[in-house]
Amino acid sequence: MIVRISGEDQFRLADDLHDQLDRLAGAAHTALDAHDEAAFTRALAELLDFVRANGTRVGDEEIETSDVILPPGDTTLAEAAEEFTGEGLIPD
Amino acid sequence: MAGLTGRMSTVVKAKVSKLLDRAEDPAETLDYSYQKQVEQLQNVKKGIADVVTAKKRLQLQETTLQQQVVKLDTQARQAVSAGKEDLARTALERKNIAQTELQGLDTQVSELESQQEKLTDSEQKLRAKIESFRTKKEVIKAQYSAAEAQVKISEAATGVGEQMADVGLAMQRAVDKTENMKARADAVQELEAAGTFDDVTALGPGEDDIDRQLKSLSSKSAVDDDLEKMKAEIGAPAGGGAQLGSGSPGEGDAAGGQSA
Repeated sequence: MIVRISGEDQFRLADDLHDQLDRLAGAAHTALDAHDEAAFTRALAELLDFVRANGTRVGDEEIETSDVILPPGDTTLAEAAEEFTGEGLIPD
Repeated sequence: MAGLTGRMSTVVKAKVSKLLDRAEDPAETLDYSYQKQVEQLQNVKKGIADVVTAKKRLQLQETTLQQQVVKLDTQARQAVSAGKEDLARTALERKNIAQTELQGLDTQVSELESQQEKLTDSEQKLRAKIESFRTKKEVIKAQYSAAEAQVKISEAATGVGEQMADVGLAMQRAVDKTENMKARADAVQELEAAGTFDDVTALGPGEDDIDRQLKSLSSKSAVDDDLEKMKAEIGAPAGGGAQLGSGSPGEGDAAGGQSA
């Protein structure tokens, strides 16, 4: 599967890592729901590190559509929360 | 995929398809997509230029403030030498504020610096993908029937569109940050306009509003410390506070309707 870390790169990951990825994303989501900034930042970093460590970077000249898109590493809790409710990070 | 990843993916994909819809013109998709991409790349370049402009503006302010700090420090020293403690205090208070603002600007300049780097990096990636799309498009046109080519090129356009949307996101975040910084830069400018960092030798006795605000703004103990240090270094005449030529613009004496 192709995973994009927004603002960074796309990575090619083995399909069987899907569950692990999901679990790590779940932790970030739990922290977000709990409005726990420190935990959220930590969980997000862990999630993105997992992708960087287990994936291969997709070359700049390759054109791939991502299966999963993850928020940038410096996403704040407020930004992430807005993403879930309002207009979100990405402008129209 | 649920939760954070799913939501983020959905939001981005929705934006991508919106972006592509705008370019959708069945008869012309092949070349139109590419044209559209090149246009977007221009926008990215413009966005980077805006960030650079904002950064330069802050750097200019930094330089001005640095000069004020040096000048006010010199003036404080001169005032101490001359035994004019009140004048020295005012100069140090102003220096103190200038230094605080300077620190704030410094943080923001480095923040913008990293935004600029990220955007430049994103722009290069997007450029590479667009170039790759151009090549791919020609190959597809040559090898497939019109209908098949249409599908294949749409797929590729979606891929480039995703990259574009991602650059758009980075850009928006940079612009938001720049907006916040503008507020700070404006605040510094207001302080400047109000004469907060002005030459203290231009001060008359029993100064005005600015002076009183300064006293409440700046950290008194820091100023006192600076003043004592300076006095010790310079060896100011004892019994400090030889008068400036007028009454007693002492602490908290805000009434000072002194007129010469």
